[in-house]
Amino acid sequence: MTTMALGKAINAGLRCAMESDPKVVLMGEDIGKLGGVFRVTEGLQQEFGEQRVIDTPLAESGIIGTAVGMAMRGYRPVCEIQFDGFAYPAFDQIVSQVAKLHNRTKGDVKMPMTIRIPYGGGIGAVEHHSESPEAYFAHTAGLRVVTCSNAADGHLMIRQAIASEDPVIFFEPKRRYWEKGEVDEQASLESAPLHRARVVVAGTDVTIATYGPLVSTALAAASVAAEEGISLEVIDLRTLSPIDFDSLEASVGRTGRLVVAHEASVFLGVGAEIAARISERCFFRLEAPVLRIGGFSVPYPPAKLEDAFLPDADRILDAVDRSLAI
Amino acid sequence: MTTVMARPDVPANPVPTPGQVDAQGLTPDQDLVQLIGPDGRRTSGSPFAALVADIGPEELRSIYRDLVVVRRIDAEATALQRQGQLGLWAPLLGQEAAQVGSARALGADDFVFASYREHGVAYCRGVDPTMMMRFWRGSTQSGWNPYEFGMTTPAIVVGSQALHATGYAMGIQHDGASSAAVAYFGDGATSQGDLSEAFGFAATFLAPVVFFCQNNQWAISEPVHLQSHLAIAKRGEGFGIPSIRVDGNDVLAVCAVTRHALARAYSGQGPTLIEAVTFRMGPHTTSDDPSRYRAPAEEEEWKAKDPLARVRALLEAEGLIDAAYLEQVTTSADETARSLRSGCIGTVEPLPMSLFDQVYAEPHPLIEEERASYAAYLERLEDQSS
Repeated sequence: MTTMALGKAINAGLRCAMESDPKVVLMGEDIGKLGGVFRVTEGLQQEFGEQRVIDTPLAESGIIGTAVGMAMRGYRPVCEIQFDGFAYPAFDQIVSQVAKLHNRTKGDVKMPMTIRIPYGGGIGAVEHHSESPEAYFAHTAGLRVVTCSNAADGHLMIRQAIASEDPVIFFEPKRRYWEKGEVDEQASLESAPLHRARVVVAGTDVTIATYGPLVSTALAAASVAAEEGISLEVIDLRTLSPIDFDSLEASVGRTGRLVVAHEASVFLGVGAEIAARISERCFFRLEAPVLRIGGFSVPYPPAKLEDAFLPDADRILDAVDRSLAI
Repeated sequence: MTTVMARPDVPANPVPTPGQVDAQGLTPDQDLVQLIGPDGRRTSGSPFAALVADIGPEELRSIYRDLVVVRRIDAEATALQRQGQLGLWAPLLGQEAAQVGSARALGADDFVFASYREHGVAYCRGVDPTMMMRFWRGSTQSGWNPYEFGMTTPAIVVGSQALHATGYAMGIQHDGASSAAVAYFGDGATSQGDLSEAFGFAATFLAPVVFFCQNNQWAISEPVHLQSHLAIAKRGEGFGIPSIRVDGNDVLAVCAVTRHALARAYSGQGPTLIEAVTFRMGPHTTSDDPSRYRAPAEEEEWKAKDPLARVRALLEAEGLIDAAYLEQVTTSADETARSLRSGCIGTVEPLPMSLFDQVYAEPHPLIEEERASYAAYLERLEDQSS
């Protein structure tokens, strides 16, 4: 076990993947000499050369579109979109090409591509640097969407995403890049399935389902609740397409109450799908309606307002209270 | 910083003389590579002629046969659409030389990234026309395995494939191979950002890619000047991509400039942009009505430049054809048409449950859940009706 920050863990995971498969190439803006604006690719160009860690022109559609061609040639591209809000120029290539090519060609063409997107707020950034666009991608057939919340998962899940024969959108909670955790660098790809949620803290009263940046927030809420004698079960979803409803159902079967939390706007977000599915699966076991908390239906605000926009432990606890009051 | 080199013996990008340019910044006759005039006579003086000097009588006859067969495939498909056998068809009428001429220049290891009108290219790559029909019939999204023929199936989002070609070419480069990717696209696609991004990436990385634009003058109802103030070939210059403007209705000239571009790609000199100036003699698709937006006079003008007629005139002038040969060509075209017609009509249509196939390469629980749920639903329906 090694202690490392999430960003460093992803970096180490990328290095592992590049060492074990010469077809893995990294593409993105500023990922080479600079090592990425968050330094997630730091040192990799020096180690693997400019052929495998490619600084691209500033064109997101171009990055993904050329990665499609590289994948068709047998490469395994790992593309970095520098910030969440810059994913949209690449949206057409991702949704119309990356997601569909395997199905379009009846499996003749495979798209083993990983698209890394640092996402979410909380870093006091300017506009377009704090968004949570995961629902757009999870809504698209043909893509897999995952997000890590801690260093161990960062290291394991990036390797699993790269090894996947399908395209994976890999969301990295940028405000947690510096949070440290224990990483087993020898963990095998089979040590935990990519598409399985994890119970981070077991509890009995209310299930909190969340992912990415809000897992830490939910854990903080669980500590506060525990002091008041309320037992929260915190589930890190880890995977947003597919969503591990079996794990959620099992948890809600125990607690009877579910609060879903994410930074993305609540309206038509991941929480909406979870609320619908869990209502179908657990109708007679639910003690209260599934509640959702998250971003408001407003554009991501300027930095001085982001604390009001982002769900914090208090908002999670408020939802817990409302759930328990029914 | 990379330097883009042109082959010294071939003028890659002739510069028009000031004062002689038209609205698109061109002297149409001067900078258009042409080896066979509309009257079927060989034009002299072009340095590109040397690149097709090996094409003798037999190959010329086989080129003409291809042109006729491809036009016949197109006519048969249009008829099949009118008869309800195809949902849609995008006719290539008028663009046969641009497609056959360029495709014949390609090597087996080259990879074509097509738009959706490249039936002639597909034919030259060995794709059975029946496979082409199945896409337009609505039976499949992809009529053939791209790896089997070195050619992708139709890209409907115009311009998207230029980036794929560029990335594939970067892969060729990384492999240290000497082949090329060829992106086919139309004049309309040049307005897409993906084209500019593809030019940028290709120039930066010196990718072995040929950008082959069939400027057929019309993007559905929009004339080419609505896409570009300058000639499309001129766009390459700003990216540092040597560009050639060729008479797209001259099969030999198209073949020559494509060979030139491929030679550059194979030898590590990077991308080339070819603008093949041609004309879409038919509608955009079988759903389109060109009489709403273009004048018959324009169509008449281009009929005089028909890409098939000029090869035939050349063959006649050089005494290379006789009645027996023409009979063979007709028979070949008729057989192809008969075969694609019966193949199209005999298509085994996909079953509803195939909806869930190949969405992902690896198992996906949502897909499996929906597959099972839909199968159960179909079973319930059957139970109720029996």
